[in-house]
Amino acid sequence: MGLPLPMVPQLPEGKAFGLLARFKDAPAIHAACEKVRDAGYTKWDSHTPFPVHGLDRAMGLKASRLPWIVLTTGLSGAAGGMLLQYWVSVHAYALVISGKPLFSWPAFVPVTFELGVLFGALGAVFGMFALNRLPMLFHPLFSANSFAAATDDGFFISIESWDPKYDETATAALLREAGAIEVEVVNNE
Amino acid sequence: MSHGPRIVDAAQMDLPAGSLWRRLPLFSAIAAIVGIGASFAMRAGDEKQFYFSWLVAFLYFMSLGLGALLFVLIQYATKTGWGIVVRRLAENTAAGLIVMVLAFIPVYIGLDKMYAWTDEAHLDEIVRGKMWFLGAENYIVFGVLYFAVWIFLAWWFRAGSVKQDLTGDHDLTRRRIVVAGPAIVLVALTLTFASFHWAMSLDPHWYSTIFGVYYFAGSFVCVFAFLSLVVLGLRRAGALEGFVTVEHRHDLGKLLFAFVVFWAYIGFSQFFLIWYANIPEETEWYLERMHHGWQPVTIFLAVGHFGLPFLYLMSRHIKRNKLTLGLGAAWMLFMHFVDLHWVVMPAHHGKEFGVTLLDVTTMLGVGGLFLTAFGFCLTRAKLVPAKDPRLIESITFENF
Repeated sequence: MGLPLPMVPQLPEGKAFGLLARFKDAPAIHAACEKVRDAGYTKWDSHTPFPVHGLDRAMGLKASRLPWIVLTTGLSGAAGGMLLQYWVSVHAYALVISGKPLFSWPAFVPVTFELGVLFGALGAVFGMFALNRLPMLFHPLFSANSFAAATDDGFFISIESWDPKYDETATAALLREAGAIEVEVVNNE
Repeated sequence: MSHGPRIVDAAQMDLPAGSLWRRLPLFSAIAAIVGIGASFAMRAGDEKQFYFSWLVAFLYFMSLGLGALLFVLIQYATKTGWGIVVRRLAENTAAGLIVMVLAFIPVYIGLDKMYAWTDEAHLDEIVRGKMWFLGAENYIVFGVLYFAVWIFLAWWFRAGSVKQDLTGDHDLTRRRIVVAGPAIVLVALTLTFASFHWAMSLDPHWYSTIFGVYYFAGSFVCVFAFLSLVVLGLRRAGALEGFVTVEHRHDLGKLLFAFVVFWAYIGFSQFFLIWYANIPEETEWYLERMHHGWQPVTIFLAVGHFGLPFLYLMSRHIKRNKLTLGLGAAWMLFMHFVDLHWVVMPAHHGKEFGVTLLDVTTMLGVGGLFLTAFGFCLTRAKLVPAKDPRLIESITFENF
């Protein structure tokens, strides 16, 4: 019995989730991310208590798809707002107001603009949730001893065991070499 | 922060020897002489056209200088970090206001050719009620007052900044932070009333309380487009390497984008209320512009000053690429001219849209005058505030 999707991560079967390595500070994790990236790992992530400048590049992350989602929802909102007002004013309730034409588009601009902003904002928030697979109530990393420090003063890199390049001994050695002060194996449960 | 120390070459704060930028004052002075000379030569042919064209050019470069002045003031008032490396360029642009007082003289001489309220014998009651603010005496007294405020602020803020290059005295920055707040209020008020005097009163019946904001919005579009191009040009000439990076260009692009949207927001707000209320003395201004020869210009303005650049400048990649940012900035400089032409010229041409050679020569002449002062300041000081307390913060600035 588990919680319904998508409240828990859908992860492959396996004994271990992967390795969690802790680093001293922001420059250390920045350098380590570049090493892990250059070693060719693809299924891994970094966890820091605050945003670190340039970490996305150090990790080799691709540009987010979120702007396209926001553009689509924003334009849909604007178009929907204009169409709704057109339908209401011209077809459903065709009333002449202050002697102006039925389709008086300037009057519809504020609502069109606001709906564009509203849908753009909703697209940004819920698009971000979807891309991050949130809300997620549990994650194997939470069972790691030191991981709570990720919201305080801990800088972490996690490498997942189903990464094609993953090898518990070799990967741990790579992380130590990259400057990890602590490496632990995280169970997949 | 994560890249470790970054070495910048202090020589990049100066224009390279032999750079064409060093001759900018000379080239601009030649352009000013040619442009103003040609304009005056054509004045006899169509005196009214001369003054109207001159007014558009005057308003154009005033908006550039005022936008730059406000940008400098806002940087101090908000203790801006990122923008320090482009502040000196804005200070030099604002210094152009000092010579623009010369360009104001022909405007004053041509008052009775442009402003209907100068014909005091034939004014109706509505305009007579506005003569406490309008009138030739007010025009010159207020004009001198506006220029006194702007010239003092443009000079004082730049002079202290240049002095700091030598002394490194942080008190210079502290004093300017204190003055900047009240100075913004002062410039906002003078800019608003100047736009009423100079542009809005061309049609003395018409009024719009948001008109000053509209002029300000255009001026910020103009200054961020101008600064983007100057930064690109200086980097091309081999200066500012390591100082002005893609991050600063990106920010200039973001501000350009923001004020393209702001301009449209204000422009539409002005139109919307007048359209809705439908009061004849207000709507005539738009009627003139939305029918006959001006209709295509109005549509072109809406599409070219907002629609297209809104979609174009939205992308992060466009703003971070030198060529695409430069194209966008050059386009906005052009559209700002179209905007002011559209505001001013219907008072002269009436129903028909028209461009004359005088529109070109006055822009060349007044622009040459403005850029002479800009170039003079550019070549006589460092390109960035060399000892500003926030310079390091600015150099290492990064967007997320």
